Amino acid sequence: MKAIETLRKDFPILHQQVNGFDLVYFDNAATTQKPRAVLDVLMHYYECDNSNVHRGIHTLSHRATVAYEAARERVASFIGARTEEVVFTRGTTEGINLVARAWGDANLRAGDRILLTEMEHHSNLVPWQLLAERTGAELIFLPITGDEGLLDLERLDVLLSDGVKLFAFTHISNALGTINPAGELCRRAREKGVITLVDAAQSVGHAPLDVMDLGCDFLVFSGHKMCAPTGIGALYGRFDLLQSLPPFHGGGEMILTVDWLHSDWKRAPHKFEAGTPNISGAIALAAAMDYLDAIGRDAIFAHDRELGAYAADRLRELPNLRLLGPRDERSGIVSFHLNDIHSHDIVSFADHRGIALRGGHHCTQPLMRRLGLDSTTRASFYFYNNREEIDRFVEVLSEIQTFFG
Amino acid sequence: MQDLADLYQAVILDHNRRPRNFVAMESPDRVAVGDNPVCGDHYTVFLRLEGDRISEVSFQGAGCAISKASASVMTSLLKGKTAEEARKIYEKFHQMVTTGEVDPENLSDLSAFAGVYQFPARIKCATLSWHAALNAVADPEAGKVSTEE
Repeated sequence: MKAIETLRKDFPILHQQVNGFDLVYFDNAATTQKPRAVLDVLMHYYECDNSNVHRGIHTLSHRATVAYEAARERVASFIGARTEEVVFTRGTTEGINLVARAWGDANLRAGDRILLTEMEHHSNLVPWQLLAERTGAELIFLPITGDEGLLDLERLDVLLSDGVKLFAFTHISNALGTINPAGELCRRAREKGVITLVDAAQSVGHAPLDVMDLGCDFLVFSGHKMCAPTGIGALYGRFDLLQSLPPFHGGGEMILTVDWLHSDWKRAPHKFEAGTPNISGAIALAAAMDYLDAIGRDAIFAHDRELGAYAADRLRELPNLRLLGPRDERSGIVSFHLNDIHSHDIVSFADHRGIALRGGHHCTQPLMRRLGLDSTTRASFYFYNNREEIDRFVEVLSEIQTFFG
Repeated sequence: MQDLADLYQAVILDHNRRPRNFVAMESPDRVAVGDNPVCGDHYTVFLRLEGDRISEVSFQGAGCAISKASASVMTSLLKGKTAEEARKIYEKFHQMVTTGEVDPENLSDLSAFAGVYQFPARIKCATLSWHAALNAVADPEAGKVSTEE
């Protein structure tokens, strides 16, 4: 990997002071920062090529269409999919809702079961709750092992039996930093004929990922957690599955012919993209993927894990700190509870030292209750973070313990 | 730049460390719960009434330093007040945490919360237990208030 200092130069936002201190940005699991290369692509699109896609005859429309569809090819190559298996969405949440609506309504009925895990983000829980209410299907959960936050794999085969039609799980937990064995989970589900959906929001921009290697049926992610803008993401679906599904939203772009009472749809993936899409977002997402591949996803993953392990070691030095997540093999997400100090007090204090953290339930309220916590404080790293920043962060936590002690 | 010491004044840190009237009341006349689902702050306020007057008030629960200290100060202030007096104190308090203007007529320990207005995300922390308590005073059926409803 290029030197961190060189990479940091690509991110204008990192070079500022917040509350009188050099900014330390440790909220990457919420959203990452955007490199100059991605910002330039956005600017270029709006300055030179901006137009609506697909039906335009004029030159700008042609350019925008070519760039938009090239972005789809780029996303496909980034995750090892075929181009027609990539649906552009607003992000992970919309991708999951699309599957819950289009696949779920067509395939589930009363008595069927949906298997989730206890560590899912609300976005991989609430859409299934809504689906269960519509169809009479039932939700069941693969448990975690406690504070270490590992999935209890011994329970998996039993839970996968018994009427389970879909298994949806997160690849890397946003709240615990656990890296789940996604390939093994997909394989064991497929052996039982269970459809899988992988929430790759925290993994696709941080680690090498190939949908064919994973053996998943659906995979969803957001661009903004991998150096691209907000409002763009993608859904991967096995082509035969996508093609068999009814549309999600109706409108322009997704139709072939429309009559007063009936319309015909395009093939997948366009049948799922009603309305003018986020063209600039898709193009910027492709640029972000180029940027990440130039660094190397193996190198990014190694750096994340190295910082995660270093932060965990340093945090264990603090008295009365309850560290969540796996002992070994953690990602660059570190979540903890410090004395009885509320996470929002910690985050407010750290902000005054220029350090951006996140406190709260991390959109995992049931998980927090399962662990007996109201909230945790989370630091999440990316390739532009370094050990010196973690040292500063641990010093500030020590200061916080004294302040509120 | 907002100063951390403006938000976390000594009075607030003290009430956070040693909250006053921090006990569940036996046979209260009114009980109200204040919830902030966003951050998990959760308090139960207990009230005993004599006619229109609050004769006893206590609280239990957990949350950030701002919410806990605010609840603690509130319980000290509301004892002996009528419903109308309590509402007036709250109106001054709310005015202060949203504008930073301190009433010269002295809000006692409440003035420690004047710095909260510089931290808009924390205003709900400061007012949570007040909402619960005033709702309970006004309405015998009030059971629960949430910052998100």
